[in-house]
Amino acid sequence: MTSLVPLATAALGAALGVVGLVGIFGPGWTLSTTWLVPLGGLSLVMDPLAGFFVALVGWTALPVSIYAIGYAETRGRAAWIVFLLAMGVVPLAANVMTFVLAWELMSLASYFLVVGPTREAQRAAWVYAVMTHAGLACLLAGMLLVAGWSGSTEFAQWRMAAPALDPAARSLAWTLLALGFGSKAGVVPLHVWLPLAHPAAPSPVSALMSGAMIKLGVYGLLRASFDWLGVGPAWWGGAILLVGAASALVGVLYALVDHDLKRLLAFHSIENVGIILIGVGAGMLFHAAGLPELALLGLVAGLYHTANHAAFKALLFLGAGAVLHATGTRDMEAMGGLIKRMPWTAACFLTGSMAIAALPPLNGFVSEWLTFQALLQSVRIPSVPVTLAFALSIAALALTAGLAAACFVKAFGISFLALPRSEAAAHAHEAPPSMRAGMVLLAAACVGLGLGPAAVVPALADVARPLTGDARAVTLGPWLTLQVSGGYASVSTPVIAVGLATALALTLGALALAGADRRRRAADTWGCGRLVQTARMEYTATAFANPFTRVFDFFYRPVRRVEIDAHPESRLFVRRIEYANPTRSLFDDWLYRPALTAVRAVSRRALAIQSGSANLYLAYILAALLVLLVLA
Amino acid sequence: MSALLGDGLLALAQVAVMALGAPLLVGGLRSLKARLVGRRGPSPLQPYRDLAKLLGKEAVISTTTSWIFRVTPYVLAATMLVAAVAAPILLARPPLGFAGILLLMYLLLLGTFFLALAGLDSGSAFGGMGASREVAVAALAEPTVVIAVFALALRADTTNLGAIVERFARDPLLAANPGHLLAFVAFFIVMIAETGRLPVDNPATHLELTMIHEAMVLEYSGRHLALVEWAAAMKLFLFMTLLANLFVPWGVPDRLAAGPLALGAALLAVKLGVLTVALAVIETSVAKLRLFRVPELLSGSFALALLSVLAVFLLR
Repeated sequence: MTSLVPLATAALGAALGVVGLVGIFGPGWTLSTTWLVPLGGLSLVMDPLAGFFVALVGWTALPVSIYAIGYAETRGRAAWIVFLLAMGVVPLAANVMTFVLAWELMSLASYFLVVGPTREAQRAAWVYAVMTHAGLACLLAGMLLVAGWSGSTEFAQWRMAAPALDPAARSLAWTLLALGFGSKAGVVPLHVWLPLAHPAAPSPVSALMSGAMIKLGVYGLLRASFDWLGVGPAWWGGAILLVGAASALVGVLYALVDHDLKRLLAFHSIENVGIILIGVGAGMLFHAAGLPELALLGLVAGLYHTANHAAFKALLFLGAGAVLHATGTRDMEAMGGLIKRMPWTAACFLTGSMAIAALPPLNGFVSEWLTFQALLQSVRIPSVPVTLAFALSIAALALTAGLAAACFVKAFGISFLALPRSEAAAHAHEAPPSMRAGMVLLAAACVGLGLGPAAVVPALADVARPLTGDARAVTLGPWLTLQVSGGYASVSTPVIAVGLATALALTLGALALAGADRRRRAADTWGCGRLVQTARMEYTATAFANPFTRVFDFFYRPVRRVEIDAHPESRLFVRRIEYANPTRSLFDDWLYRPALTAVRAVSRRALAIQSGSANLYLAYILAALLVLLVLA
Repeated sequence: MSALLGDGLLALAQVAVMALGAPLLVGGLRSLKARLVGRRGPSPLQPYRDLAKLLGKEAVISTTTSWIFRVTPYVLAATMLVAAVAAPILLARPPLGFAGILLLMYLLLLGTFFLALAGLDSGSAFGGMGASREVAVAALAEPTVVIAVFALALRADTTNLGAIVERFARDPLLAANPGHLLAFVAFFIVMIAETGRLPVDNPATHLELTMIHEAMVLEYSGRHLALVEWAAAMKLFLFMTLLANLFVPWGVPDRLAAGPLALGAALLAVKLGVLTVALAVIETSVAKLRLFRVPELLSGSFALALLSVLAVFLLR
């Protein structure tokens, strides 16, 4: 029975993928059933933007489902189908009713996929439920405001009514919608649910949540900012740009010091959503400044990174799932040496790591490169604050790229290389064929998206063009070269790939010509005269991250705890030593804890009117009724 | 077709110049440093002899390691060779005409990524320590590079390397801006950090607790070590050439003809000589920074780069 669910989701994923692709390139369509539910009924409409996100959901779900066939954990599998279907419907929704139904169904289904028997999973699911419903509350408020002003719950009507709205009202609605969608996308400071929920869910679910679900927050943001509410003022774009830059940096910084493999990946989701939003925010700023060509470039960069992140993050989560499956732990300090026992998983995880670190010629490089090109052309907007925002984002993106590479050296190096750090890691086994197939498919997608921008970018431009107006952001030159804004910048990943292959061959040839000694001798790692090498001599993930903890200590605010259990006779004979160097979250300490304290204080005050007596409550109702009548 | 042939020949010439010239640059720098502190020092040709010696030895490979450790030297050399084709070395427009500085930076990051993995792969504390420090320095240097490039791109209106060189060579007044000098200094500091020179790292030391790059490559021997050392020399050559040709682009030939090319190569040799002397003087006059002071140096270079962007803005 249970093995039928992955097959069903695989079929559903493929169907959604095809529907989405047809939606991008083919004609749009609408579908509505007014009788099914009140308030306008269910109504779907397909346009290129919706098509892109439906395709994204579908093509992420397909390899993940294939992987799930062999995955042991069977928690909440029926909810999968609902989850997937709801995600496929969200981008198509044409009115408030349909949107909220699908959105809430998606959130509820994913709640049931996150919640599990452990305390950790229950807490994660609880925080997730609270955050997602706070987001929903913002969304509903924003949507009802716009619906009230425009007199319709149809999004198509909003489009027409938006330009006539009062600017302050429009900005209020946008802020509410942006908060709601931002919390789903996991932007700072609304990201707190993400590092809890992603690790708690089964790995295929984590892959879907990170690869597809949080992207629907990006989708909503695009819809609200470019479509529903028309062209906004410049500060909308500036806010998204800066929030994106902050998310990128905060995400990667937390990932660096986290040694739970899945939580590390969850933090990287925050980072990558930040990178996507840097592109989107740049697009919004250019759009507001009336530069359609650059607006298109920013959006194409954001959409490209959206697709790329779906590919490599789903791959990495599946890889982490295979490791968890094989070793029973998510703690990197208990892994090591897995490349020898799990060669397929290791190769796939390495591909994903290189892609997310934006190393050429893989896919992350292309989208980060496009994002940089959009940012670097910011001078076309002659305004000092805008340029400053752009310069800061450029620096943040550059630092993020460097730190992400460092973080994946840690993630791959500590987990997969050197000697196993635990018994479980020493006896790890390779994942079963279906799991491998899912990972290989996604790895191939990373390579394909990396080598094929000449095919992908025009398609994405078609998706983004209805939002920004007719323009050409990127043209194709000879040798599959992407040319940005005429001669401003250009790159060709296929040529780089061929160049790297040629250079490898050239190096091998040169060594042969130079008559290099080809002998190879196996020996122990050099160890200053010690007799045997054990895993305890290896560098740990904590040690690896130490330079970063020290450099950014104002951000991490690490606490150092050393407990030494010495022999009673002499403190020089240490029996046991415990060292902990945890970091403290700025957001927990400065935002959420004060907010929770305030909520508790208010609730305690409200307790004064709560007696538990039904008579008193009836009196309250009567009083309220009287007051209302008087007011009316 | 002849353009393609020309590009191909130029590519081969650039690869040859960088591959063969890099050890000489390192050797020259070493003997210059020796002279400056009053030693006679080895001949500038010593790196070639070292490489030849290493190629003649068998490679000792730790049983702890995986294929990552064995492919890394080749990947590293390959990234540097592609960089040689993507950088403006002999001609303003590099053979890989589309290349921009971002591509170069990410190519170098690809090499660093694999080298750091190889450091972890050996399973020794030295390898891990070197890897951790190397990626930390590389990550912190990244923003400076991009912002310094931004300062150039602002004036040249392109991030394409060849186009930047051509634009500045054609219009020298563009460089008459304090921002140009600031960006140059920022980039120079990045070069010191990225290529592991003093005061960030000491290429001559094998003192365990202070080394960065040398700790990471400690396990390499034979042909692998030869490739790693050769790639490190090429990285220095690449950074110096970028400093010379991007910031002082005058005399870089803009067309493929024997006369200008020869003149350009001679000029490049002179510029590299000047930079080598500057680096040697710096290296002999400063002490190595404590590792945790290095970020301060790098944030200083970042501030310089940001100031250069500001200067370009204000003085347009």
